[in-house]
Amino acid sequence: MELADILIKFGLIVVIFLISLVVAMYSTYAERKVAAFFQDRVGPNRAGPWGILQPLADGGKMFMKEEIIPNRASGLLFIVGPSLAIMTACIGSAVIPWGQPLHIGSKVVDLQVTDINVGVLYIFGVVSLGVYGIMIGGWASNNKYSLLGAIRAASQNISYEISMGLAIIALLMVNGTLSLKEIAEQQHGWHWNVIYQPLGFLIFIVCAFAETNRSPFDLPECETELIGGYHTEYSSMKLGFYLFAEYINMFVSSAVMATLYFGGYNYPGMDWVTAHVGPVIGPLIGTVVLFAKIFLFIFFFMWVRWTIPRFRYDQLMNLGWRTLIPLAIANIVLTGIIMTFFGK
Amino acid sequence: MSTFYVIAFLSIVFSLLVIFAKNPVHSVLYLILTFFTFTIHYILLNAQFLAVVNFIVYMGAIMVLFLFVMMLLNLNKDTEPGKHNLAKLAGVIAGGCLLVVIAGSLKALGKSEPVVLQNPDLGLVKNLGKVLFGEFLLPFEVSSVLLLSAMVGAVLLAKKEPRTV
Repeated sequence: MELADILIKFGLIVVIFLISLVVAMYSTYAERKVAAFFQDRVGPNRAGPWGILQPLADGGKMFMKEEIIPNRASGLLFIVGPSLAIMTACIGSAVIPWGQPLHIGSKVVDLQVTDINVGVLYIFGVVSLGVYGIMIGGWASNNKYSLLGAIRAASQNISYEISMGLAIIALLMVNGTLSLKEIAEQQHGWHWNVIYQPLGFLIFIVCAFAETNRSPFDLPECETELIGGYHTEYSSMKLGFYLFAEYINMFVSSAVMATLYFGGYNYPGMDWVTAHVGPVIGPLIGTVVLFAKIFLFIFFFMWVRWTIPRFRYDQLMNLGWRTLIPLAIANIVLTGIIMTFFGK
Repeated sequence: MSTFYVIAFLSIVFSLLVIFAKNPVHSVLYLILTFFTFTIHYILLNAQFLAVVNFIVYMGAIMVLFLFVMMLLNLNKDTEPGKHNLAKLAGVIAGGCLLVVIAGSLKALGKSEPVVLQNPDLGLVKNLGKVLFGEFLLPFEVSSVLLLSAMVGAVLLAKKEPRTV
């Protein structure tokens, strides 16, 4: 690899990292504004015009708050917990194709950090690793509420990972590849996977809500039963990391859903636009479209949070094991039958 | 090659720490790190699929359950049952025998010859799938039936007896 290529990759990684952090930061602002809209309030409006600087103020507050580590917490693991949570949240975006390759002069720049041929499984691995941050933090706090929250998070994540995997198997049958780049390319020109896999998408989005611990599946941090859930004992920026990781997870899972089911960077009339504006601006418009899809998904996450009440724990397990898994298996069988008799 | 030695060293260190850690939860965490180094070994062998499956299944699912059980059991020093002297003696003898057997078999085997893969891309998903569902179809299906029967057995054991009023 040449030096220029390494620099380009490095730049891409930095840009994606910064974008995911900024999006996560402003998701907190958007969440409060959306909540205010749903509840007919004004929302944050003091810091800057329309409260636009509120996330910065919150960040400053988080950093300057007093740091409290409980005496009976197990020292190192108490710190490892939030670090692991934010790390796993940040590495998920590495395999997402952000746009078509750019042609700058004779150089071709891929807008994807790495195209490993098991990209979908990589996302899975990162998701399954994410639960360790919560479990370790919850256990290291040495508090029964934290432990209960951690155990809820772990069992919820494991249960919903199964139906998520089964939903993806049907998708792989249609696409025939595990590489996210190829999946995005195959959806070019209205061959969006959501048209072929509506049931699979429904299962996937429910599982994505459960995996990111978002309402209505936010039982691990259910404040009416568990005080604060797994982060009860955390304060200052460690708490900030946990909360922030949730928003980054939301961003990454929105990006994954947009890429897997909603055509990624593809949009109608794409070839015509690219032919008219040239090979640099064209793919960048695709990236903007991808981000528009991601923001729609993030809005959907918030919309659901402020509309649907939280599940009870047995309802959550029933939904996961007795409804979603049989549905996902039926989806695989149906996809197989349709593919055999009608082609793709 | 040097990467291999670093990773191999790390795997051995972490697996030793699994045994020597006093706290069972720490022990499980070291086991997770050991599995992580195994994943890197698979990647070095160009077996991407195996690597990622090892990552998801062992690190992501099985070890979470291990950790789960350890956290719920809450094994502290005072709840740990005292070990009998006889048990300690039996342990030492059994461990010594195992060491002798391993050392003997390694010595009998002589220097291992490095296996050269005919096809370096064997570990990629496409090739692995073709081999599994072509050449090794019968063993593959038989092992899946074995797993299924184990699962049914576990469910049967865990199920409550029907209450007779």
